[in-house]
Amino acid sequence: MSIFWNVWIVGLTLTCLGLVLWVLLANKKVAVKDDGNDENRTTGHVYDGIEEYDNPLPLWWFKLFIVSFIAALVYLALYPGLGSYKGLLNWTSVGQLEREQQKGAEKTADIYSEFMATPVKELATNPEAIKMGTRLFANNCAVCHGAAAVGNYSFPNLTDDDWLYGGTPEKIKETLIHGRAGNMPAWGDILGAEKSGHVSHYALSLSGSEHNAELAEKGKPIFAQYCAACHMPSGKGNQLVGAPNLTDDVFLYENTYEDVLQTVLKGRVNKMPAQAPRLKEEKIHILTAYVYSLTLEESE
Amino acid sequence: MTISQASHSGLESTVSGKALVDEKYNYNVVRQFSVMAVVWGVVGMAAGVLIAAQLAFPALNDIWQPYTHFGRLRPLHTNSVIFAFGGCVLFATSYYVVQRTCQTKLWGGILIPFTFWGWQLVILAAAITLPMGYTSAKEYAELEWPIDILIALVWISYAIVFFGTIVKRKTSHIYVANWFFGAFIVVVAILHLVNSASVPVHGLKSYSAYAGTMDAMVQWWYGHNAVGFFLTAGFLGMMYYFVPKQAGRPVYSYQLSIVHFWALISIYIWAGGHHLHYSALPDWAQSLGMAMSIILLAPSWGGMINGVMTLSGAWHKLRTDPTLRFLVVSLSFYGMSTFEGPMMSIKTVNALSHNTDWTIGHVHSGALGWVAMISFGALYHMYPILFNKAKMHSVKLINLHFWLATIGTVLYIVAMWVNGLIQGMMWRAYNDDGSLTYSFIESVEASYPGYYVRALGGAFFLTGMLIMAYNCYKTITVVEADDAQPVKA
Repeated sequence: MSIFWNVWIVGLTLTCLGLVLWVLLANKKVAVKDDGNDENRTTGHVYDGIEEYDNPLPLWWFKLFIVSFIAALVYLALYPGLGSYKGLLNWTSVGQLEREQQKGAEKTADIYSEFMATPVKELATNPEAIKMGTRLFANNCAVCHGAAAVGNYSFPNLTDDDWLYGGTPEKIKETLIHGRAGNMPAWGDILGAEKSGHVSHYALSLSGSEHNAELAEKGKPIFAQYCAACHMPSGKGNQLVGAPNLTDDVFLYENTYEDVLQTVLKGRVNKMPAQAPRLKEEKIHILTAYVYSLTLEESE
Repeated sequence: MTISQASHSGLESTVSGKALVDEKYNYNVVRQFSVMAVVWGVVGMAAGVLIAAQLAFPALNDIWQPYTHFGRLRPLHTNSVIFAFGGCVLFATSYYVVQRTCQTKLWGGILIPFTFWGWQLVILAAAITLPMGYTSAKEYAELEWPIDILIALVWISYAIVFFGTIVKRKTSHIYVANWFFGAFIVVVAILHLVNSASVPVHGLKSYSAYAGTMDAMVQWWYGHNAVGFFLTAGFLGMMYYFVPKQAGRPVYSYQLSIVHFWALISIYIWAGGHHLHYSALPDWAQSLGMAMSIILLAPSWGGMINGVMTLSGAWHKLRTDPTLRFLVVSLSFYGMSTFEGPMMSIKTVNALSHNTDWTIGHVHSGALGWVAMISFGALYHMYPILFNKAKMHSVKLINLHFWLATIGTVLYIVAMWVNGLIQGMMWRAYNDDGSLTYSFIESVEASYPGYYVRALGGAFFLTGMLIMAYNCYKTITVVEADDAQPVKA
């Protein structure tokens, strides 16, 4: 903070407080003509029939004012408030945050170091770790994937066996740390409306969803030419690029002609945000175990 | 004066009473604003009940998407209760009070009707653009730049009319009510001009002239003082006229008026930083906002004390006069919420209350309990005078309105206190392993009982408002018996 702004802030603050205090003190003592006659106790002003008494400030109110004044001044002496003055306690909000974070970290260090030393597959069967994972998931992941982790329209279900990028502990952790950018390109401009329709019917036919068989047949060569690079000739997808398997009954969007056509024409952009900047390594490790455990339950 | 002169003038005032009154003061614009205050009150509070119900029953968002979505109706609710209802009451009462306490007719010629029609146009534009999704995304200042310019023009005209009338007053001093109205008009002009500064992109889209943290600080400097000056100073002006008038008692202390007026307007303007506790705002600005907020308690209570103590010697009138009851209960709620405010500005308290329903409850104990109730009292006082009637159509209905409004307010704020505490406690609870005990959605589920009670409280309040609208309509239209004397102000 430059000297000018410092002087500006401190000067304005203290001047304002000083003036208010002066108005308060200057009006404390008032000669009240209290001779029992109400007439003499008014200021003598009359406005539309309204008169004003010349009563002094209520003493308890005056004291309240002074006490709050002192409280505020003491606070401003202890804490930063007057420009760049740091306050006697040297308190900062960042300092408080760091202290509390450190305190928390010390308290939980033992639990975390024990879990960190345990491989994900083993940790996934540890009830204590899964309990922690459930809470971490509820507060960090449930917004998109749902509290039960079953996903939502455009957000993948994490409890089934179908994985966009792979369901091994390593792959899950990779997803959590770095995030994922799913990108289905838009084909509308290249294929045109008609061919896009054909290939949509073909894509639907792969999973046995409702489709027009005749048009799907026309779409087959188009799929082979344009889509198979990512989704593979069989349509079973490719986890290396996150291309979904089109032959199973798991759908990120709906398996209707309208929805698939929309995907083909306009493409889709999906984003799993990277958690590494937000969550500590230990928490990501536990979340990995939790997400992995969801699939275990499925296969049991 | 001879007997014949006296009887002659008496006859004249009965026969052409209305003409005489109209000649002395400009009541026309006061009548217009008073009627629209009731109309917008019904509209704004109905919007409030609807959005409260949407939080309790989310399916109600889908009545007519996207126009009936909570996100679009919420600013419509706040704008219509604050600026349409509250604004019309402020225009009506300030024009009424400044004329009567200055003993002079409103000055300003064409600017006077312009303030009325201009303000109605602002409200209409808000009612159309907000549901359509046009917003500057600044809370309580959502309206886009062309409407902002119209607001500025109306407001400057308002200032010219108000201060022009003060200048040509026939009294030696300026009554305290006018200090508050004056401060309200000047500061709201400054707040609006500074906070709404923006760069237009096209006819209905603009970007704020400020960026990042500075934008946030300017916004809450505005937002807090919209409460401090629009919803407090202006309504204190109302209080200083209608409480002593309705009670028939002198104002308790002139000295107290002076001290709490200057202290209130000098300290309020500093306190906005407390809306941004624990944010990216520099620590010094947060702490300063908190320190000033603590000092603000005494100046705020000064107004409450002066109002309530004015009643000493007239307490018995509360039993028979529901209008006075509205005025007094509004002061109690004012005292309560101005105690709650400084308390919530303390950082450690704010750490619990911030972003919870407690804040919503705090705002409504001020908005329903203080602002709306003192407005009802003032309107019930003015209506018979403005429309030249002996009294309101039904005092019983005023009483019913009073109880509906009081019960509604209490239900509302208690529900929000409970919700606020539940949410604050749930959000900060964590386990031994350092993870949070509850997910956000669990705190939403726990809030449902409070949402139902809040919607019920709002429904009570709205029902009272509808009864008021009926009562006002009957007062205007009823034909009184020939021997009825117009009420003396």
